[in-house]
Amino acid sequence: MTHSRLLALLLLCLLSSFAMAQVQEEERPSDDPVIEQRLTKLSQELRCLQCQNQTLADSPAGLAADLRREIREQMKAGKSDQEIIAFLTQRYGDFILYRPRVTYTTYLLWFGPFILLLTGLYVLFRYIKQRRDIIPERPLTADERRRAEELLASASGKETA
Amino acid sequence: MLRYLIPLALFLVLVVFLAIGLTRDPHELPSALVNKPAPTFRLPQLKDPTRTFSAEDMRGKVWLLNVWASWCIACRDEHPLLGEYAKSGAVPIYGLNYKDKREDALAWLEEFGDPYVLSAVDLDGRVAIDYGVYGAPETYVIDKAGTIRLKHVGPVTPDVWSEKIIPMVQELNREGTK
Repeated sequence: MTHSRLLALLLLCLLSSFAMAQVQEEERPSDDPVIEQRLTKLSQELRCLQCQNQTLADSPAGLAADLRREIREQMKAGKSDQEIIAFLTQRYGDFILYRPRVTYTTYLLWFGPFILLLTGLYVLFRYIKQRRDIIPERPLTADERRRAEELLASASGKETA
Repeated sequence: MLRYLIPLALFLVLVVFLAIGLTRDPHELPSALVNKPAPTFRLPQLKDPTRTFSAEDMRGKVWLLNVWASWCIACRDEHPLLGEYAKSGAVPIYGLNYKDKREDALAWLEEFGDPYVLSAVDLDGRVAIDYGVYGAPETYVIDKAGTIRLKHVGPVTPDVWSEKIIPMVQELNREGTK
């Protein structure tokens, strides 16, 4: 029962990937290896907007292929990586960038972890200091020292025995 | 007492943030194009490829641009609604036929009805890239000056229509008559 259901699900996944493949046309890489190299590097920094947890480099989605084509063409036209990124963010917003830009809306994102780290360190130091105040250092009395030495002597005696 | 209350308060704040996060659709992106001029294009019309359509032709009118394709399943969901809305005459709806085969697109309109004044053909998806399309169907409200004022990603639902699109269209129509 569960097996057949699993099989059906697997088949469905397979079919849907075929359906995806049908929609898109073949992607033609550029014959210029420099452009292809630049494209690979750049598109690893960019998000595919159709399947949001994949990079533009990895995504098989139709839109990703179109965007790669667009990037190739712009590279061929002599645009710099910065210009291409500007072109894309104008249309799709900063969300297309995997590495968020440092702007006032992302300060918390960039610096929040460091603030947390510093707060944690502060709390830790305060805690340690407090403990030191609560538990005062008390030297052993002569009696305690004798007992401790006795215990240590008997323990080491056992070890050697 | 305080040493228990502070973590509890922090925990509750976290819960609230996570709860808000759950109600938001991560696929809905803030559009970079709202309040920017609608990108220009000139594309052949679907029904009569010898004629073209351009966003410029619509200067002085408030209109909707709806991105659709015959292969797009969600477009099918919104289609009957678009038909109704087109009939109501509230706002002219223009189509952008996105990466479709001409015969498929025509057959689709034949089968499900054609709510569009006309559809422009974006065969290779270049105009869609200019409009920041990442998932059909998408609907844009464009004002008389040719500025995008609203973008809706995903099928138009009755709620979206009556609460987002129509109020925006009415406001934009008033803007011009002042």
